[in-house]
Amino acid sequence: MTLETPLLSISGVSKAYGDVVALDNVSLDIRQNEFFALLGPSGCGKTTLLRSIAGFEDPDAGTITILGSESTTPINLLSLPPNKRPVNLMFQSYALFPHMNVRKNIMYGLQREGLSKEEIAQRVDEVLITTGLTDKAAVRPAQLSGGQRQRVALARAIVKRPRLLLLDEPLSALDRKVRAEMQIELKRLQHEVGITFVVVTHDQEEAMSMADRIAVMHEGRVQQIADPVTLYAQPANVFVADFIGSGSLLHGVANQGSFSAYGSTFPCHNPDQIAGDAVLVLRPEEVRITAAAPTDNPLMVGSIIETHFYGGSSSTTVRVAGVDHPIVASHPGAPQYIVGDQVGLSWNPQSAVLLQVQP
Amino acid sequence: MSIPTPTSGRGAARRRALIGRTVFAAPGLIYITIFMTIPILLVLVYSFFQRGRFGGIVWEFTLENYVRAFEPVYLQVFSNSLVIAGTTTVLALLIGYPTAYAIAKLPTRWRTVALVLVVLPFWTNFLIRTYAWIILLNSEGPINSSLVDAGIISAPIGFLYTPGAVIVGLVYAYLPLVILPVYASIERLDRQLIEAAGNLGASRARAFFDVTLPLTLPGVMIGAIFVFVPSLGNFVIPELLGGGKTVMVGNLIRDQFLEARDWPFGAVLALFVITLLVVLFALQAAISRRINGTGKRVSSRA
Amino acid sequence: MHKIGWLRVPLVATYAFLYIPIAVLVVMSFNASKNPFNWAGFSTKWYSALFDNELIRQGFINTMIVAVGATILATILGTLLAIGVARYFRSAVVEAYSLAPAIIPDLVLAIGLLAFFALIGVTLSLFSVLLAHVVFGMAFVSAVVIARIGQTDSSLEEASRDLGASATTTFFRITLPSLAPGIIAGALLVFTLSLDEFVVAYFTDGPSTPTLPIVIYSMVRFGVTPEINALAALLLLVSFTIVISAQRITRLTDAV
Repeated sequence: MTLETPLLSISGVSKAYGDVVALDNVSLDIRQNEFFALLGPSGCGKTTLLRSIAGFEDPDAGTITILGSESTTPINLLSLPPNKRPVNLMFQSYALFPHMNVRKNIMYGLQREGLSKEEIAQRVDEVLITTGLTDKAAVRPAQLSGGQRQRVALARAIVKRPRLLLLDEPLSALDRKVRAEMQIELKRLQHEVGITFVVVTHDQEEAMSMADRIAVMHEGRVQQIADPVTLYAQPANVFVADFIGSGSLLHGVANQGSFSAYGSTFPCHNPDQIAGDAVLVLRPEEVRITAAAPTDNPLMVGSIIETHFYGGSSSTTVRVAGVDHPIVASHPGAPQYIVGDQVGLSWNPQSAVLLQVQP
Repeated sequence: MSIPTPTSGRGAARRRALIGRTVFAAPGLIYITIFMTIPILLVLVYSFFQRGRFGGIVWEFTLENYVRAFEPVYLQVFSNSLVIAGTTTVLALLIGYPTAYAIAKLPTRWRTVALVLVVLPFWTNFLIRTYAWIILLNSEGPINSSLVDAGIISAPIGFLYTPGAVIVGLVYAYLPLVILPVYASIERLDRQLIEAAGNLGASRARAFFDVTLPLTLPGVMIGAIFVFVPSLGNFVIPELLGGGKTVMVGNLIRDQFLEARDWPFGAVLALFVITLLVVLFALQAAISRRINGTGKRVSSRA
Repeated sequence: MHKIGWLRVPLVATYAFLYIPIAVLVVMSFNASKNPFNWAGFSTKWYSALFDNELIRQGFINTMIVAVGATILATILGTLLAIGVARYFRSAVVEAYSLAPAIIPDLVLAIGLLAFFALIGVTLSLFSVLLAHVVFGMAFVSAVVIARIGQTDSSLEEASRDLGASATTTFFRITLPSLAPGIIAGALLVFTLSLDEFVVAYFTDGPSTPTLPIVIYSMVRFGVTPEINALAALLLLVSFTIVISAQRITRLTDAV
């Protein structure tokens, strides 16, 4: 753990539109050279936060500071107009200027800095190579594919060598196949150019696969900030557990070190830390399917209502009498039971996290 | 589509389109052809023949009407008209663009009201709107009397019956026709493009001139054509506000048809106006294509 | 986006420019003095003078004949044309052609029609004005109805046919009702246009049946008459009422 000053520091930022609270006392730090994701469902405030950093929204309260390139004292971002902030934004729609070709789009930001013609030309050429757009330099955006447009948008932003690059739903406009390629591409570019990336996305897979750290947001608040593995394995609350990954949630009550639900007691990782209404999170890959016989010591018994085979793995959905939601289990290989079979379910207590339900 | 028919689907669809075109579109298209296209073609035909002694046409081919249009007295009218229509257009854009821009920035529920208020005068009687300016600009009218009362001028100024009065009248008549297409192009503009310019370091003014203005140019051109061409062809305003001293192409055309009874020469003058209209629209389409960087024309109908 | 700031200035200035002349006319129409430039107290005498003016009364009747006739014809032809163009042609060229009469300068259309009527031997009368007004009126109706068609769902008609309705039933029970707001708005616009139209009427009307705008023109040419102020106020009232109703029925600003 280093104690270095964070690159971007957001502290107590709030924003409301009339009665609608978009941001509610948001605080978070973004470190130098990290790939950070703001993740949440639409309307959670992530875009408002991004636009506040870029300067297109004025927060009602709070501060946002950024570390300058030379100085070690943070600069107050909110006092600067958008065009003076050392932050660049890649728009969701890409916002490429339709009346300028690729080269002119990329040059635009450098010209505003008043750099010499030679330096502009050199830096544009470099970034054209980095993004593989050299042969498209003279083409207008209307003649490019979705993936190419995204590269131009990215090139236009990184050519400015910002302290921080903000990306608003960078992959949402692309079709599935291109999206997977660009995911890898973005990660590669971030390493190559050494710029801190902040990605806004509603797609948890996208965030999990690209980001070093993720802030999960909901209803204008930060729910949890952690690396992807921690988010998945140790969600901070029920919202995060439900939003990240798939799985079954068992509603019950924790009392004196044990968790009981639907008339039974179930083992879990942390029963002694929770008291009162609680939820047990069961990830599909942690749920084992056994025979229903008592000799196998199943924790629950139910009947199979659905099986799916995905090629390398399968998932099995089991309805347990008295439990309101069916429970899903996934395992490698083909399904071993058929619909209607009575089976037992069990899991390793260490992998089942118990969460407090907020009153 | 749900019930399979014995005939092939494409054949049936083609037949349905043919019936639809005949029943619905044909009467209107024929009407337009008879009462617009043929009359205009007739004007074109007349321009190549000689005038009759007492009006009408003598069917003898001649290019004389075209040659006559180059006589200095008519060239003078052309250049005069172009200057007045041009000045009108520039003024209308200078007033109309900021207005359209401001309307586009209004909260949504006010925008409709603001636009209706812009078009409302346009849908009222054009003679009455012109007549209002006779009263306003009159030497005894409200403008002069308030200037005199305020001590700014000692004697009334003869605003009326000057080229300036004609220009004011034309701007007043056609201003709504500028504001609408310009508004449409500003409203269609993706505001993220302006934010992108800001994000890349452009000041607000810079972003306006680099992004907003070029991208709204097609709308500006439509507005300019909607003012420029009718201004050239207007004969009422030069007569009522210009006192007949300012002669525009429109006055000349009117006179050839109703007074001098020289229809072939009037036809040549009218063709000048039509050609200008067509050329300007073609120019607008080309520029619109260039700006958007696409092969196909981006909708520019106001 | 919603910060207007200094843009309020051009906005207010433009509305002042557009409405002060109209307001002055309306105020003057209640002026008791014969000299329109001296306020001599409130009076409605010019309105009564207006109703006694035989020329204006006859002009009004002539105008109404043309406007009502042109509105009916232009609405029928324009609606059919709009459906034909938007549903069966889907061609930008045909659409542009059907809207061309609204864009072509009125003077050019006027002299073309004058030459055309002379050639085929039609005597100039209110009927020739009506024929002329239909051609551009139809284009305005088409523009409004095409815009309306763009907003309606064409699968409604397919659903009607699928449920067993004939083409004719579908047209009267589904197509027309869904386009009604556009058709009514278009009709109202043609009516105001025809009511106020001067240039085309001036060239295509016979000398014995002047329409109201032609009467106004001949009066205005000879200077300022207080009756014109009263007439202006009334015509403004009529146009404003009709255009605002049309606007309330459909968004007319999309189709001008």
